[in-house]
Amino acid sequence: MSKKSVIGISSVVLVLGMASLAMAEEGSAQAAGMWSIFGIAIASGFGIAIAAFGTGIGMGYAVNGALQGTARNPEAGGKIMTNMIIGLALIEALCIYTLLICLLLSGKIPNMGPMVDAIVKSIGG
Amino acid sequence: MVHHYYFLNEIFSALGLGHFAHKYQHVVHSWFVMLIMIIGAFFLARGIQMFPRKGQNFLEIIVDGLENFMVEITGPEGRAFFPYIATIFLYIFVSNLIGLIPGFFSPTANYNTTLSIAICTFVLTHVIGIKFHGAKYIKHFLGPSLALAPLVFVIEMIGHLARVMSLSIRLFGNIFGKETIIGMLFGLAGLFLAPLPMLFLGVLVSFIQAVVFMLLSIVYFSIAMEEAH
Repeated sequence: MSKKSVIGISSVVLVLGMASLAMAEEGSAQAAGMWSIFGIAIASGFGIAIAAFGTGIGMGYAVNGALQGTARNPEAGGKIMTNMIIGLALIEALCIYTLLICLLLSGKIPNMGPMVDAIVKSIGG
Repeated sequence: MVHHYYFLNEIFSALGLGHFAHKYQHVVHSWFVMLIMIIGAFFLARGIQMFPRKGQNFLEIIVDGLENFMVEITGPEGRAFFPYIATIFLYIFVSNLIGLIPGFFSPTANYNTTLSIAICTFVLTHVIGIKFHGAKYIKHFLGPSLALAPLVFVIEMIGHLARVMSLSIRLFGNIFGKETIIGMLFGLAGLFLAPLPMLFLGVLVSFIQAVVFMLLSIVYFSIAMEEAH
């Protein structure tokens, strides 16, 4: 698929999706609530994914350095591994900070059942 | 919300304090950890002899290993703070481990416990700095030149507060995540021996997080003890 067609198709999908959300407007407060719930759900999902991506790369560098050091000097293997484990724990802490924020955010999404029923009824199903 | 079954809550309910135990689970379980450590130390260190027997041998290996680890980083003048460092390591390690036993809750899986330990370390860092350098401890916060002093002071303050936050959130996040995942895997009721890999990882994470907390406390103490740059 060419780049232009990918952009075209994805923009059509996005516009249709947002149109159906806009049709669920029962009052300005409800619409604002819908958008904020949308934002919270997207953020909590993508936030942890991006954090894990960066953490994986960082830990890859750490383990790479440790393995090369051990390959050059196998006798220092124990000390190198100890330092590597400590470094990995410190890098992993950054991903944990993001995980806590995402857990906090996903706890703020309310129960979507009644809202979905109201949307379906307003469309006429 | 999932309702957990804890042994200590049942014991406290029998005494009529069930509501207190349910509301302050982490406090009740940290009392239990303290009880384990005090009783363990009492029985393992009774009758100290020159040629150590089993219990004393076990404790000697742990204490000796920790002391060498600490003196390697801080130098010989750091020996005075070794009891605090060893207490932190053993308390956090035992607290993390009892969460793996069904029916108990890790006190470190609650942010209040980890924040209190991090604040103790933070306060002790400054006490050490004042004790070693007196009033000249303020030079640690002023940076290399006097012209930049206000800016560097603000940055150093933020850095110190960030230390407290990072210590506490790192420990809390790891242990809370471990407890949550093991709780969810127990819900599978043994299908594919599901909890076993996570339990093994839980033991590893408990040990490593205790070591990292101890190591960072040692590093902060040695930074406060050395000369200002």
